Amino acid sequence: MKKHIQMQLNGQSVEFLCETSGTLLHALRDSLQMTGTKEGCGSGDCGACSVMMNDTLVCSCLVLAVECSHADIRTVEGLAAGDALHPLQQAFLDNAALQCGICTPGLLVAAKALLDKNPDPTETEVRYWIAGNLCRCTGYDKIVRAILDAAQRLRGNASVNELQP
Amino acid sequence: MEYCAPETLAEVCAALSNADGPVRVLAGGTDLLARFASGMPRPSMLVDIKKLAPARVIRQLPDGSFEIGAACPGIHIRADKLLGKYWPGLSEAMDLIGSVQIQGRATLGGNLCNASPAADAVPALIAARAHCRIVSVAGQREVPVEEVIISPGRTCLRQDEFIVSFILPARASRSADAYLRMTPRTEMDIAIAGVAVNLTLDDSGVITDSHVALGAVGPVPVFAVAASRILLGSSLDEEVLQRFRRQVSVMCRPISDKRSTAEYRTDVTAVLAARAARIAYDRAAADIAS
Repeated sequence: MKKHIQMQLNGQSVEFLCETSGTLLHALRDSLQMTGTKEGCGSGDCGACSVMMNDTLVCSCLVLAVECSHADIRTVEGLAAGDALHPLQQAFLDNAALQCGICTPGLLVAAKALLDKNPDPTETEVRYWIAGNLCRCTGYDKIVRAILDAAQRLRGNASVNELQP
Repeated sequence: MEYCAPETLAEVCAALSNADGPVRVLAGGTDLLARFASGMPRPSMLVDIKKLAPARVIRQLPDGSFEIGAACPGIHIRADKLLGKYWPGLSEAMDLIGSVQIQGRATLGGNLCNASPAADAVPALIAARAHCRIVSVAGQREVPVEEVIISPGRTCLRQDEFIVSFILPARASRSADAYLRMTPRTEMDIAIAGVAVNLTLDDSGVITDSHVALGAVGPVPVFAVAASRILLGSSLDEEVLQRFRRQVSVMCRPISDKRSTAEYRTDVTAVLAARAARIAYDRAAADIAS
């Protein structure tokens, strides 16, 4: 029997029906057509499906949709303000921090969770924080630089790129 | 599969005992949901205990003991400064599990009931002499953590029982714990060896109480009583540490698998045991200095 779930998604109330065994990831992608959140491993190892659940960073493949009744869920779709990209998204573009792009939504959500908590992280703190987000293309270096760049922009300083000759 | 998320102990107990067919308790779900995804048969009833207040609490009781809810996520355990002051080893052990994402969900109750030989928090709980509060419709019982896992993936809990919380005993002054593990990778990996040491010193720095537990070197976590006894009466002198390392090695019964050889696990466990003992000793001794 399907369950009826109401939750907040990126600040808006949404409703959907789900099987009790269905994950939040599949509810987002298949029932709510919010396909920004990606499925990688489906077992909590890769972080591609990272979302915020009640202000906590989680893998949506390891959350049942039925657990989300009245939860506050935030996904990559909630980052930009209309056409204006979030500074993290802009920094990922400016630093060429993506290749195939499958890991990018999860990394953006994870990076935002870090910067909300710690606006001025060290490179080491960034690297440990994103240890649960696997990227098989970039080698991580550009991702780390993009996050540090976005942190600087969000603190109100000029972009690292703009400072470079 | 049916799902329920009861808010009272009585409702959880009723859901577990009235289930028509296999029933599983859901805490953080980081192991259980991954197993469902890999094809493990789903139970007919899933009882989510995250809405149960006593399973979400972290508190110090008037006698100095701590109670940690079985469904508290790692981020809450790590963020609890008072718990970290009294039980730094347990706090660190929990924090070593998985990524930030996993820490947002993974729980002590799940780490124990998943019953992996390599669970990080379990040796720390055993060395802490923690008990679990196990509840069912029949009543409540308290069981030492080392008696819960009976074989890989299996616990002593009946299907109608569940762990509500863990009780860590009151801390004597000049006592502290430490947990160290070895993983082939720095992050996002499973221990090939883990050691928890919990020591109490007298006011001249002599060890008066000692508990040691080993992970990933046997079918179930090893409560290494014979090794811990070697430390009693000592101030962790080099000769004592050598005998301690040898006894730890003797108590390791690891397997060789894709992650490590039995020989390496045994060697590295002895090294970690000596280092963890030193860290626990220095933490406990800092109490003397202050």
